[in-house]
Amino acid sequence: MRKFEEQLFKILMILATLVILSSLFLILFSIVKRGLPAMNWDMITKIPSGGFYIGKEGGLLNAIVGSIFIVIGSTFLGLLVSIPIVIYCNVYLPEKSILADITRLASDVLFGIPSIVYGAFGFTLMVFLGLKTSLLGGIIAVTFLIIPILIRSMDEVARLIPKDLKEATLSLGATRYEIIRVMLKQISPGITTAILLSIGRAIGDAASVLFTAGYTDSIPISLSQPAATLPLAIFFQLSSPIQAVQERAYAAALILTLIVLVLSLLARFYSRKFSKNKI
Amino acid sequence: MALIINTQLRVLKDKLAQNIMRILTIFSILLVLIIGLSLYFKSVPILQHHSLWSLLSESSWRPFKGEFGFFPFIMGTLWVTGIAIVIATPLCLLAAIFLSEYAHPYMKRFVFPMIDILAGIPPVVYGVWGVLIVVPFISDKLAPHFVEYSAGYSVLAGGIVLAIMIIPLLISILVEIFAAIPKELRDASLSLGATNWQTIKFVILRKSLPGIIAALVLAISRAFGETIAVLMVCGNIPEAPKSIFSPGYPLPALIANNYGEMLSIPLYDSALMLAALILFVIILLFNTISRLILKRIERKFVL
Repeated sequence: MRKFEEQLFKILMILATLVILSSLFLILFSIVKRGLPAMNWDMITKIPSGGFYIGKEGGLLNAIVGSIFIVIGSTFLGLLVSIPIVIYCNVYLPEKSILADITRLASDVLFGIPSIVYGAFGFTLMVFLGLKTSLLGGIIAVTFLIIPILIRSMDEVARLIPKDLKEATLSLGATRYEIIRVMLKQISPGITTAILLSIGRAIGDAASVLFTAGYTDSIPISLSQPAATLPLAIFFQLSSPIQAVQERAYAAALILTLIVLVLSLLARFYSRKFSKNKI
Repeated sequence: MALIINTQLRVLKDKLAQNIMRILTIFSILLVLIIGLSLYFKSVPILQHHSLWSLLSESSWRPFKGEFGFFPFIMGTLWVTGIAIVIATPLCLLAAIFLSEYAHPYMKRFVFPMIDILAGIPPVVYGVWGVLIVVPFISDKLAPHFVEYSAGYSVLAGGIVLAIMIIPLLISILVEIFAAIPKELRDASLSLGATNWQTIKFVILRKSLPGIIAALVLAISRAFGETIAVLMVCGNIPEAPKSIFSPGYPLPALIANNYGEMLSIPLYDSALMLAALILFVIILLFNTISRLILKRIERKFVL
């Protein structure tokens, strides 16, 4: 009886693991199978003509460029905010600091807040500032979304740096401000991983840009114009009754999945290979 | 003289950097508060017209007539989340035990990257998968055995898609929790003649119960807020679901679906912001509690 139970649960465990893994392959397979026939050169080089929802011609260039703009803008702003926070918690604050603990808890909690809430918050912020749906609005909302990811993953690396390093630098007469350079060099692989992770989240999130960046057929040329994004290109065009438009959604899903796969592999590669600088 | 000025300059730089960084750090903590307050102020107008209880318990949603009953949406959220948790929990527990207690290191090196990839797939792609595979499967294969007709766009479809989406989070936390249990406990149990499974059942699962509950709470809060994927497969009819095959309309989907028209109808935007506030408060509570439990477990076992 004991043996039977042992065997039964072992088989169940293996089955559960297989179910989870096969769901991943099923997702990737169905996206590739549906997306590949829809892919062609026009998809990534042309903007949709005759309206993204009804026009049969054209491609996804508006969404690709819009997504890239939003990712670049929000990653830049996000780093500008999160690097000082990580440095402050690990260089300026003492080892066991309540403020640092609260900051970490806050970034954990912020990480759990759904993107639709960031979207709604970004929207109220835009109404408050008198902005319309625009590239800038999208960048602001996505920045809020990725700040906790950036803080969490950089802090994880920064905490592992031995405190001897900090003490040695201080004892040589450096100010804490001057330690920052040493610190940044130490956590550079962590920064790279953090950037890759946050790009993956920023490029794939639909709910935060829905209210804030809007959607458009053209490529934005200023911060105050609305911008199309890949996830919304999928979301809107999939619901269109026209087959040719739906094809664009499937192509966009394939492009987005490929981008995210590459980012995830790169992040894994960086976090392992480039930890050479570490003591 | 030059040296002194130089030193003063360096100290000044140090202090300046410290103050800027402190402001940013405090801002990041206050951000939680800022988000909550701004959503609250936006939802004040509707709270002045209706009591919170009547908003939550009434089921008629007719914004044009000024009727805002959130009950169908709350039920939609509960159904979808409940189904997702029921599917994901046994799968994740079994897989996490297998990975941490039985699996060969080679296997782990293969499986964990896969789970990372699963975690990185954007919600909207899960939604496309749901529309392509899950919805037709329910309407053609599964539902005909149980009900007369289902379009497939149902709370079950939402639950299945959500279950797959929370699996990576749940597994990675569970594996960490199991890894935090001291090896001595296992050895003691095994040396008394218990089998591997008995050790897992009586020692490991029992010891890690608070952690498992915290992980589940975290997964529930993730499922609560998921928007786009659920919106794409749930059917979005503002009625409380009657069975797993009927359509539902979760709260996040309500917010996302009506953003365009909300400014033209009085109180509509306020009602949607209240929906966002409800989500925010529930998720904030769940998150804080489970994070605190997980932190405590980490400290108790590791240090």
